[in-house]
Amino acid sequence: MSAVDIAPAYRDNAKLRRGLSRRKLLDRVFVVVGMSVMLICLAVLAVLFVDLVRDGSARFSWNFFMNFASRKAEIAGILAAWVGTSLIMLVTATCAVPVGVAAAIYLEEYAPKNWFTAIIEINVTNLAGVPSIVYGLLALGLFVYQFNLGQSIAAAGLTLALLILPIVIVATREAIRSVPKSIREAAYGLGATRWEVTKDHVLPYSTGGVLTGMILGLSRAIGETAPIITIGALSFIAFLPESPVTSEFPFVSFKWLSDPFTAMPIQMFNWVSRPDQAFQANAAAAGAILLCMTLMMNGVAIWIRFRFRKKINW
Amino acid sequence: MSNITAHPGLPRSALRYRKIRDRLVEAVLLAAGLVAVFTTVAIVVILLSESAAFFEHVSLKDFFTDTLWTPLFADAHYGIAPLVAGTLTTTLVALIVAVPLGTTIAIYLSEFAPAQIRETVKPVLELLGAVPTVVFGYFALTMVTPALQKLMPELPGFNMLSAGLVIGLMIVPYISSVSEDAMRSVPRYMREGSYAMGATRLQTAVRVVVPGAFSGLAAAFILGISRAVGETMVVAIAAGMQPNLTFDPREPAATITAYIVQVSLGDLPHGSIGYQSIFAAGLVLMGITLIFNVIGFSLTRRFREAY
Amino acid sequence: MQTSEASDKVSARRSQETSLQNDNKAAAASGTPRISIAVDDTRQVRALNVKAAVDNLSFYYGQHRALKNLTIPIADKQVTALIGPSGCGKSTFLRCFNRMHDLQPDTRYEGSITLHPDNLNLVGPGVDPIEVRMRIGMVFQKPNPFPKSIFENVAYGLRLRGVRNRATLAEEVEKALRGAALWDEVKDRLPDSALALSGGQMQRLCIARALATTPEILLFDEPTSALDPIATAKIEELISTLRDQVTVLIVTHNMQQAARVSDYTAFMYLGELIEFDEAAKIFTNPSKKATEDYITGRYG
Repeated sequence: MSAVDIAPAYRDNAKLRRGLSRRKLLDRVFVVVGMSVMLICLAVLAVLFVDLVRDGSARFSWNFFMNFASRKAEIAGILAAWVGTSLIMLVTATCAVPVGVAAAIYLEEYAPKNWFTAIIEINVTNLAGVPSIVYGLLALGLFVYQFNLGQSIAAAGLTLALLILPIVIVATREAIRSVPKSIREAAYGLGATRWEVTKDHVLPYSTGGVLTGMILGLSRAIGETAPIITIGALSFIAFLPESPVTSEFPFVSFKWLSDPFTAMPIQMFNWVSRPDQAFQANAAAAGAILLCMTLMMNGVAIWIRFRFRKKINW
Repeated sequence: MSNITAHPGLPRSALRYRKIRDRLVEAVLLAAGLVAVFTTVAIVVILLSESAAFFEHVSLKDFFTDTLWTPLFADAHYGIAPLVAGTLTTTLVALIVAVPLGTTIAIYLSEFAPAQIRETVKPVLELLGAVPTVVFGYFALTMVTPALQKLMPELPGFNMLSAGLVIGLMIVPYISSVSEDAMRSVPRYMREGSYAMGATRLQTAVRVVVPGAFSGLAAAFILGISRAVGETMVVAIAAGMQPNLTFDPREPAATITAYIVQVSLGDLPHGSIGYQSIFAAGLVLMGITLIFNVIGFSLTRRFREAY
Repeated sequence: MQTSEASDKVSARRSQETSLQNDNKAAAASGTPRISIAVDDTRQVRALNVKAAVDNLSFYYGQHRALKNLTIPIADKQVTALIGPSGCGKSTFLRCFNRMHDLQPDTRYEGSITLHPDNLNLVGPGVDPIEVRMRIGMVFQKPNPFPKSIFENVAYGLRLRGVRNRATLAEEVEKALRGAALWDEVKDRLPDSALALSGGQMQRLCIARALATTPEILLFDEPTSALDPIATAKIEELISTLRDQVTVLIVTHNMQQAARVSDYTAFMYLGELIEFDEAAKIFTNPSKKATEDYITGRYG
């Protein structure tokens, strides 16, 4: 008695081979397609960067960094802009990092698994997806008018701090999670309270991740334009805010927090929007510098993540 | 052998101090966690309250049916349609670019590329996503538009096409990264089942992995859409700021976000209807984002594979 | 129908039990709890000083009852071993002593573990788990030193207890490391990272870390299951020397280890205590068949 007879068509090996070579060809075609698509995207990044540098090359000079904005494109500089960016970032970092790290610690070490915690977590995820300009609207209504901070560096810094808060929280949570449970058990076993376990072990061992999150957040904040336009960034500022460091006691001043402000991306936006072609070169130069700063910060963040991962291998 | 002698435990008061300190710390940490909730609440409250003031002057019917948006003119019209059309058109163009590119890259990286290529390309793609949006706006205006104008000579200097293309390029890293993670988490045994039947990598990728990662892919697309809808600077720079009710990407138009920027650049007194109009626009923006998020969430739930 | 010989034995047995009970009552009245283990005619009554008396202890994970009415005496300054097949609840029982379960949500204790001489119920609802953990030490299955220096690892418990003086810390750390038979190997590299040690050394470091806080009971949760035979032997030797200085409660999967190291052994199965006795008796002549089956390897 013969076994079940397989229909002759499936036994036609020649036909199978032809179909196979066609499928393998498609496979190889896709590899080429995939690689090309990837290379196109990467090429665009390169072209963008080269283009910026080339277009802005006429403006790269020491004066560019030290001049204020001006009606004449050749002498317009970014002094007010990068000082403004630095001061704003100072406020942003000071606000976002402690709050973000604290919130992450709460969610990972303290929060019980109930609906209340779920609400906090949903909010954090949600906020990561809110368009940045909505943060500007929030800041306009809340910081500028309700809290009466005016259109100031303080308001700008707080706005961006809220914007990057989800980034800091997520990065810190991940860093905290990578500390193994056995370390915590050992610490609890010796009679440590929850806060002692956190401050003596969890936080020190997750410093790398926290730093990474902070830098990634700041690199995002540096390039954000929409929220701070909304709260009233000026782009023609011919003065600098009051210096935070004074020459007399107590050597630190907070007056700069209430000064009007501008920032690097704002300056670039302003120059790009001008009909005068000469300003395009200024915009390109500013853009090149901004891009450099962003890429450098991202690079540092990745390097820190790598270094800390090597230092403590569980 | 050393003698381990017992000594008394810690005095009760020290322990009590540590516990009180623990409780205080917990309260502070909880407060930090609540900042996120507070932010969401604040966003909702502010958008709603200013929009409420806006809608005292403008009827809902006009808002949704009028075809002109000219709140700052003497003859003011408050139809949101042109802004929504601008937003949707640029988003659509962006998606037409980003979804095929991003998904192809994701499939390639996840199913075909050797580990070395993957490890080198992923961080570089991440960098692409870190470029400030003003810079992309500059790129759209000064490089993409002229290039397109060579192909289409009647293309105006401000148009939604180049803005949309650049936004698409901007969100490729998001889509490819989330999609790739989704595809990588499809378990090996599924692929092996397909290979064992004589399928090629492409067939396995398309017929087994992509359907298996569908919920993750949906999440990626929704993420991309949200980013595109909320994008501000590229459209503000490259698409112009003239509200224009059209779905033709070759024309200039204003998106919701560009309008908000335009008003903010000017000088509107607090409490004026122009000031309130940006909150109404922002509310519509959040509404659109919310709709897409809900669609995405329900898609994710429906197609979630249980491994 | 009993013969007169048998009834003689029975009455002798009864009077022995009564005198034992009287003994215990007297001892309890004087403040030093002792219990006497039931014996047959050929062996002496052995009284043991009780460090912790487990009385009808039950433990619940949510609705699931993991431990059922355990009553065991833990002998003072002796080594008590807990043996039994996987899942019988020995680790669960061990972790009741230092309230590690409190770190998990939805857990509940019934009954008591009374620590002597303070009469403190370790699992009592009003008792602070942190305080319990400061008096009871634990060594875990997989060595888990902190990624700090060797010195800091041992000193951490002392710092928690407020010891700041450098000289005192150095002295206590050396005492603990000697107690863990590790001092000679690390005395020249105290500032070096603890992660550079071998597995066996790391586990001895963890023992030193626990010893530094002079615990009243030292808990070992399968301390050698992740170690090679040489390291295992060193640790077993160490545990033997700890006897007479610390009360030791050790959970082990390895019966031979229990036989080598312990003075008293408890056999558990499915959350219940099947048999408790002197180790020598359990391993040579157990009273219950279940124990015998386990010992002889009839089931793992």
